[in-house]
Amino acid sequence: MTTRQEDTRAQLPQAVEHRNPGFDQLDDGWLRMVQANSSAIERRCATLPGRRSVKKAHQAAWLCRAISCMDLTTLSGDDTPGRMTRLCAKARQPLRTDLLITLGMQELTVGAVCVYHEMIAPARHALAGSGIPVAAVSAGFPAGLSPLRLRVAEIEESVAAGAAEIDIVISRRHVLTGDWQSLFDEIRAFRDACGPAHLKAILATGELGSLRNVARASLVAMMAGADFIKTSTGKESVNATLPVTLVMLRAIRDYHARTGFRVGYKPAGGISKAKDALIYLALVKEELGDAWLTPDLFRFGASSLLGDIERQLEHHVTGAYSAGWRHAMG
Amino acid sequence: MEYGPAPESAAEALAWLVDQGDSFGHFINGAFTEARSDFTARNPATGEVLAALTQARTEDVDQAVDAARRAHPRWEGLGGHGRARCLYAIARLIQKNARLFAVLETLDNGKPIRESRDIDIPLVHRHFYHHAGMAQLMASELPGRRALGVCGQIVPWNFPLLMLAWKVAPALAMGNTVVLKPAEWTSLTALLFADICRRAGLPDGVVNIVTGDGTVGEMIVAHDGIDKIAFTGSTAVGRRIREITAGSGKALTLELGGKSAYVVFDDADMDSAVEGLVDAIWFNQGEVCCAGSRLLVQEGAAERFHERLRARMDKLRIGDPLDKCVDVGAMVDAAQRDRVAEMVGSSAAGIRYTPQTALPEHGAFYPPTLITGLTPSDTLMQEEVFGPVLVSTTFRTPAEAVTLANNTRYGLAASVWSENINLALDVAPKLAAGVVWINGTNMLDAAAGFGGVRESGFGREGGWEGLSAYSKADEKTKPLSPVTPFTGEPDRPAGSGAIDRTAKLFIGGKQARPDGGYSSDVYGKTGRFLGQAPLANRKDLRNAVEAARGASAWSRTTGHKRAQILYYIAENLATRADEFADRLNAMLGGRSAMKEVETSVERLFTYAAWADKYDGQAHGVPIRGVALAMREPVGVIGAFCPDDVPLLGLVSVLGPVLAMGNRAVIAASEPHPLAALDFYQVLETSDVPSGVVNILTGRHEELAPVMAAHMDIDAVWSFSSSDLSAVIERESAGNLKRTWVNNARTRDWAGAAGEGRAFLEAATEVKNIWVPYGE
Repeated sequence: MTTRQEDTRAQLPQAVEHRNPGFDQLDDGWLRMVQANSSAIERRCATLPGRRSVKKAHQAAWLCRAISCMDLTTLSGDDTPGRMTRLCAKARQPLRTDLLITLGMQELTVGAVCVYHEMIAPARHALAGSGIPVAAVSAGFPAGLSPLRLRVAEIEESVAAGAAEIDIVISRRHVLTGDWQSLFDEIRAFRDACGPAHLKAILATGELGSLRNVARASLVAMMAGADFIKTSTGKESVNATLPVTLVMLRAIRDYHARTGFRVGYKPAGGISKAKDALIYLALVKEELGDAWLTPDLFRFGASSLLGDIERQLEHHVTGAYSAGWRHAMG
Repeated sequence: MEYGPAPESAAEALAWLVDQGDSFGHFINGAFTEARSDFTARNPATGEVLAALTQARTEDVDQAVDAARRAHPRWEGLGGHGRARCLYAIARLIQKNARLFAVLETLDNGKPIRESRDIDIPLVHRHFYHHAGMAQLMASELPGRRALGVCGQIVPWNFPLLMLAWKVAPALAMGNTVVLKPAEWTSLTALLFADICRRAGLPDGVVNIVTGDGTVGEMIVAHDGIDKIAFTGSTAVGRRIREITAGSGKALTLELGGKSAYVVFDDADMDSAVEGLVDAIWFNQGEVCCAGSRLLVQEGAAERFHERLRARMDKLRIGDPLDKCVDVGAMVDAAQRDRVAEMVGSSAAGIRYTPQTALPEHGAFYPPTLITGLTPSDTLMQEEVFGPVLVSTTFRTPAEAVTLANNTRYGLAASVWSENINLALDVAPKLAAGVVWINGTNMLDAAAGFGGVRESGFGREGGWEGLSAYSKADEKTKPLSPVTPFTGEPDRPAGSGAIDRTAKLFIGGKQARPDGGYSSDVYGKTGRFLGQAPLANRKDLRNAVEAARGASAWSRTTGHKRAQILYYIAENLATRADEFADRLNAMLGGRSAMKEVETSVERLFTYAAWADKYDGQAHGVPIRGVALAMREPVGVIGAFCPDDVPLLGLVSVLGPVLAMGNRAVIAASEPHPLAALDFYQVLETSDVPSGVVNILTGRHEELAPVMAAHMDIDAVWSFSSSDLSAVIERESAGNLKRTWVNNARTRDWAGAAGEGRAFLEAATEVKNIWVPYGE
């Protein structure tokens, strides 16, 4: 196993980690050793919420952290510059002013805004000066079945348009047919196309058939130089789940143990409750440690999660349960 | 990003204690007796006194037993449906008061609220639900079975209410009444349960609860008015109970200690296996009889496994058991903590690891501990610690893993971790344990029997297999009087000219002269000299057991193969029917022995038929997967045959023993030994492998204590007309072998009681193999 020689200091302003350079070659032997026992993994996930509970001020702090780790997302065919303005305003100020002041979190913003290529420019414009990066989904999102040449070109165009993070989709067929070399080569090509932009590899775990495949695909993505591995596009019928999360977190831990590089994790799709967000954060804390509980290494891909967190935080501040219309829409 | 405190409120539980006056008497005949302040219940996490409790005196135990005795006929007479209604009401009431039970359990025992809330209490009401169903189905599914009577039940402190449920629910379902003693350290949830019994409309006297220390337990164990003792606790106390109850006729089940192996192969999902250890040995502070406390890792994977394990240990949260974020709470009492500390401290072997996590300043806390690099010779690899202490060694091959796992006096549970289905399903049946979890640990459910082999005790709790511990066959027996040999003149008639015949012992497939060199004369009813039979002594017995132990291949043969051999024995016996009939007539007098020979042939057919049909079960446990209740041979069974039916008795014992794959050391009818010695010639011509059947003749009273004390025999049965019941049960305490004795009562060997399921059950152990699946 040799990691690629490159300037590992090439990084975004907010990043403090050395970027994962990936491997020169696929480590097939490592892949073959991968195991994932579904029943045991499910048991761990089923008991975790009962084992870890965060209350009161600690819960408020955790929920603020969840906001700072959020990729506020819109991936709709009807997105417009006006919609971007609204979303980005919410990204800049995710909570009502009085709540921010009471919580002492005036500087709080989301982690990034995640959009399609055509929305990069309006989003950049709306976020100017905020320091919030724009992430673009790319490489034939969501199915990843357009010509490889065009997928690579799409990444290059998005980077040129100012996307600091590129969320690529992998070719599920390579996983399903066990063609790990092609998967490696493809992600490697995407990573090269990203240049300084960070690459998030969307595994579309709901379409990979087994947790073992999720574990293998996670490792291949990291070997190919992914900065983040991400569960889903949000378009599959099954998106982020705790078992898939556990498998991916353990793959990240293994990769770190072997190479010293920390790769980030992004669950996406299906996380819409504050309580769920706390469980994900607890799982990351338990399996990877506090180092991963920062926007550099952890993101929620979510569109409706923020609304529930806002209500929970208002409840924390006032003691009364909140209502959706009391909070600004994004 | 710290978790912060997440305390569960103790207010309701403390208020309940105040409502009870912070003090408790016993629960006898549906009411609480006046409380005395003899000892206290304490919260081990803080040392705070929770309530004052009453130490039962002889008269209290007498009253409780008397109440249970008086309540029994009506309770049994109420019928299955009536009892099911009561058990259902109990289940519902526990569910409705689940949090009160959980908090009270945590206050009293120190276990994390997460466990009492999510594991203990849900399993408790599950057990009552399940057994409400068993009561409902008893008449149709267990025909001919009835209650034992009054059950004395003694439960431990590690799962106070859960162990109560495991004992009370099946007892009540089968129509028994109970006198239960909770552990001295943890009485409170049992007393809350008493309150629930009242509210469930349970008739007075059906459940009685007396509190106190071990002396109260001894009063129950020794009480004449009790029909059955069920005990969960230490092997030392279990052994003592076996000795005290010996010869009393009381039924007994023991669920004792363990040193359960946790076997990790190099193709396991390592992270999941590490996580499994959290549920194995750091569950309930390791105060778990079936805790996976002996880690065996394949050598090549050991280093990376231990590394991951240590990292996982660093994440364990230790502290206030009422905090919802705590993984490891307080040990049950400072005395237990000190016991564990002393045991661990007394050994210097291996490399120790404890996480840097700070322990609370006060309270009975002990840190999670891993000791690697041990060998089987280290004390900590052999002795049960009963605390959060995991010991580890390595193995090279699957065969070595099995040998190491079985290198223990215990045999309660085991875990096997491998992603290779062939490997896992091959290893699981080879492990000497009552419960095996594949890729999992500590999975428990009312539908699957729980209990051990070897010195982990006998009997099962839960499942269909658990019901035989609380019911008996409804059959009439009479006192059995000793059958004495006939006497006569030693000389054969002059000039008869017959060639002398020498009957020998049959050991290891060979005819063997008795070690002592003595024989006894055998006479017919008329006083005619029939021949001499060898007198086996302890050395002959030793040799027979060695031969039987060596014939282990028999236990791995298929049922079909064993059936063929049993049929062949029957065929060869039938061929020589006249000769056997003559022999029996000569020994017993009369002319009706052909009937006994014919019944013997038929009986062999019965067990040949059963050999491939006494199936296990696939239990419907609440996981995605299955619990396979496999019937396995007990191993080496020693048996004293009935004296009055020399051939039929021998065949009735040998049939089930062989059919189920056991090896036998048989002591033939003492007064009429010659038929058994003729019989080995039948065995010799029937393809029975050497050592599978060993036949001794001699004095039962002399052989019984030696056989019962022999550490390499797994079970002893006695149907002798010499009353061996007490000595066999007492001496069996050494290795806690299973015993089946006649308590000096008759059995109708020629009739239905002479064969069937009772024999098959005694010749097998149920092993529950949990197989979760799903890719």
